[in-house]
Amino acid sequence: MIPFLLIVIPLVTGLAGFFLKNAGTARGWSLMSSLVTLVIALWSLTLAKDSPLLHTDVAWLPDLGSRFSVGMDGLSTILSLLTAVCFPLIFIATWRDSYRGRAWNFYALMLLSQAGLMGVFLATDALLFYFFWELALIPVYFLCSQWGGERRIAVTFKFFVYTFVGSLLMLIGLLWIYSKTPDHSFSMKSFYAMRSVISSKDQVWLFWLLFIAFAIKMPIWPLHTWQPDTYEQSPNATTMVLSAIMVKMGLFGVIRWLAPVLPVGTWAWGDTVSGACIIGMIYASLVAIKQDDLKRLIAYSSIAHVGLMCLAIFATTESAMQGVMIQMFNHGINILGMWIVADLIERQTGTRKISQLGGLAQKAPVLAILLVVVALANVALPLTNAFIGEFLLFSGVFTSTATQYSVVFTVVAGLSIILAAVYTLNMIQRVFYGDTNTLTAQVTDIKFNEKVVLVAIVGLILFVGVYPKPMLDLTKETAEFILTKMNYKL
Amino acid sequence: MNAILLSAIWGIIMMFSGIVTKSKTVIRNTAVIGLALLLIGNYADMMGYHLANIEVHKMLYFDTFGLLGNSIAFASTLLLVLLSGRDMEKVGHNLAEYYALIFFVLCGVSLVTTFNSLLMLFLGIEIISIPLYILTGSEKKNLKSNEAALKYFLMGSFSTGLMLLGIAFLYGASPLGSFAVDELWTPKPSVSPLLLSGILLLLISMSFKVSAAPFHFWTPDVYDGAPTVFTSFMATIVKVSIFIGFIRLFDEGFGQGAAQWQIFVAIITAATLFIGNITAVFQQSVKRMLAYSSIAQAGFMLLGLLSLTGIAKQGIILYAAAYSLATIGIFAILLRMKDYTFEGFNGLAKQQPVLAATCTIFLLSLAGIPLTGGFFAKYYMLMSVVSTGKFIWLVIFAVLCAAVSAYYYFRVIQAMYFKDGDGGTEAEPSAGFKGLLVLLAVLIVVLGVFPQVLLHQLTEWIYTW
Repeated sequence: MIPFLLIVIPLVTGLAGFFLKNAGTARGWSLMSSLVTLVIALWSLTLAKDSPLLHTDVAWLPDLGSRFSVGMDGLSTILSLLTAVCFPLIFIATWRDSYRGRAWNFYALMLLSQAGLMGVFLATDALLFYFFWELALIPVYFLCSQWGGERRIAVTFKFFVYTFVGSLLMLIGLLWIYSKTPDHSFSMKSFYAMRSVISSKDQVWLFWLLFIAFAIKMPIWPLHTWQPDTYEQSPNATTMVLSAIMVKMGLFGVIRWLAPVLPVGTWAWGDTVSGACIIGMIYASLVAIKQDDLKRLIAYSSIAHVGLMCLAIFATTESAMQGVMIQMFNHGINILGMWIVADLIERQTGTRKISQLGGLAQKAPVLAILLVVVALANVALPLTNAFIGEFLLFSGVFTSTATQYSVVFTVVAGLSIILAAVYTLNMIQRVFYGDTNTLTAQVTDIKFNEKVVLVAIVGLILFVGVYPKPMLDLTKETAEFILTKMNYKL
Repeated sequence: MNAILLSAIWGIIMMFSGIVTKSKTVIRNTAVIGLALLLIGNYADMMGYHLANIEVHKMLYFDTFGLLGNSIAFASTLLLVLLSGRDMEKVGHNLAEYYALIFFVLCGVSLVTTFNSLLMLFLGIEIISIPLYILTGSEKKNLKSNEAALKYFLMGSFSTGLMLLGIAFLYGASPLGSFAVDELWTPKPSVSPLLLSGILLLLISMSFKVSAAPFHFWTPDVYDGAPTVFTSFMATIVKVSIFIGFIRLFDEGFGQGAAQWQIFVAIITAATLFIGNITAVFQQSVKRMLAYSSIAQAGFMLLGLLSLTGIAKQGIILYAAAYSLATIGIFAILLRMKDYTFEGFNGLAKQQPVLAATCTIFLLSLAGIPLTGGFFAKYYMLMSVVSTGKFIWLVIFAVLCAAVSAYYYFRVIQAMYFKDGDGGTEAEPSAGFKGLLVLLAVLIVVLGVFPQVLLHQLTEWIYTW
């Protein structure tokens, strides 16, 4: 019941949003809708794990062996919670943005993309998962192409083609597995049962059909080239959706639909993928250090962080798996905070060039304090949420028995954390401290709506950082479950 | 049987309607009534009510697959006439004759979808082709239209010749000396060179008719030169009906020798997908782009011919419906545009939001995005080949081509929504026109969410001769 509502509320309110024809009404409408979704997502946390409310399963395509089946375990709960938390925050943070022309279309498309994302995280049927995977993309395509920056059309199209190729390859992979299921079913259970049925030889090539789609979405080096351009050119609210939530689709896909279904393939290519991950982490961190554009800096920093999470999935240890699930949530919250700050700076000064900024702390002290907390979370300092996640990730990678290079991976990945500190602190220093110049002199401190959002984000960062137990409890069982499935012998 | 009788009779009625009345509205309404009757008659046939009990000596075989194909053809024609009937009046003065020719084509269609004898197939193909030659050249004062008609006629007769030769070979190779497709392999299956060359000749001539590469060269010129309403008719109804006959022929007739000819079909499929998609990318005119897109879509339908499973048969029905609906919709919008180039669509979303929104759904369906019928159409085609376990390389190649197709379909969307311009329609479209477009879009979405509404009939009704 709950997962069904989480998908249907944004879907229906989004479709209705096209007919509102008034920017103000549409804004309020979408905030209301996202708050209702948030309340329902929070409600799901209070229920027992075996509550019937957490599952919906109705017949959809009997001839094809596909059902409209959605459910919540630890993994989907944490990601649907992330989605539900982020959307109201995004709507409030961008409350004053005006979208030229038809603003109601903008909000409607945002809600539709929320419905798609929710569906991806909640589906327990492979075909349904594929459906939502594509549906999350289409609204974003329209959002970025219509309201983005100057080069938006070409850039968004590159993004679209990348992900479309990936998802079509994934479709073939899913169809192949489906055609081998004895009961001709797309259900998650039948797919997980295939892990010991599909021969090792087939798993090895099937792995890539599925993984390319996920790797593009994350993105993993060398498939990341769409990302900085798209983040830079998209409207701010959409960039927040893309980086806070959408990249998690790739990680989620690997955990839910790849590793437990093709454990041999996952194991066979683990080192290759891990190698790509750490190359990407170092590469993205180095590029981030040289960036002068705030948005591009955050984009590259995101590639580095996601690389670490992907690396940890392939480590196949419990603490790494739990770390990934928690860190997906934390990274979403942190990067959302970074984007909001970048957005604020750009709106007030009209530039994103770090070299043209300086001395903002004198003009906007509250903003500076909040940003410092977010930035410290970005470099995973203790007492922030990211510390919990990254600690688990590193200890998981280090103790991994799935690879013989665990020490190398840990050390090189650790290097990227140091580099993260370099670019993040460097950015704070150059943007917030030093002397003001003509551009930054007329900056005022943040407004009420922005304060609400940033305080909420900082609150979440510190709360999870100090008291991570609920998160750990939530993910423990699912992490163990996935790991038993990744052992193809069981 | 009902469909063949009704379409032939109504074709004659349409011919004489031009003598009785000069009113275009009356003629158009007569055609609409005729199409509605055809649809009802065909449905009655599926339910077991026949106008006349005629002994067909196993030359025709009325199964659900063929009759469902008929229904799609008739329903699509009805929608086409309702949407674009007014544009047909602009082509020339002989409106009644155009409708008569369309009904004769539909008569040929009903033969091709339900044939069981190679002779009937030949008759059906000829009954389809000859009216089409005339319709292509119906814009008498337009040089391009004339050129297209001549080209189509020459190439078409050549391929018909090949088909006849192939049928003669098959007749010679058949042990019983029969034209019936289901008796080709009795009493004992053996692949003689004569039989194989007969199969290949039929493969070539049918590929020509559905514009599969490398026999597609006539398509862009003919589709571009013909009056746009008739292009829409040719690219959808005629093409998918011949496809249904194509699948029927190879499934019933040559299915047992699949190992021998499958590789040729695979090569033709790959070539069609590649040439259709790559060439479509470089077009400047939406009409010509749609011509190449129809080649590319034929490539996808050929996947069904390759696998010939039950899934493929369901898939081709779904593909026929989804592809026809979407293409008819786009052509109907294109007909109202001032300018047929991509630039002509610039800024359409601001001036005609309904047209732009429905056109987007049609294009998304052609590109195969979920929630549209086009997705399940492609899904069935891919699934049918994947389930045979062979030709995985071709499936991967096909989806890469599908990604290329997103490029040219989305170019139209980009022009409509993201570019500024004064692209617009010649005259304000009527509310009825917009309503029909919305209906088409809704149908496509319904097919995209519940494809069984169309397909469950395949499993429910079985009717034989």
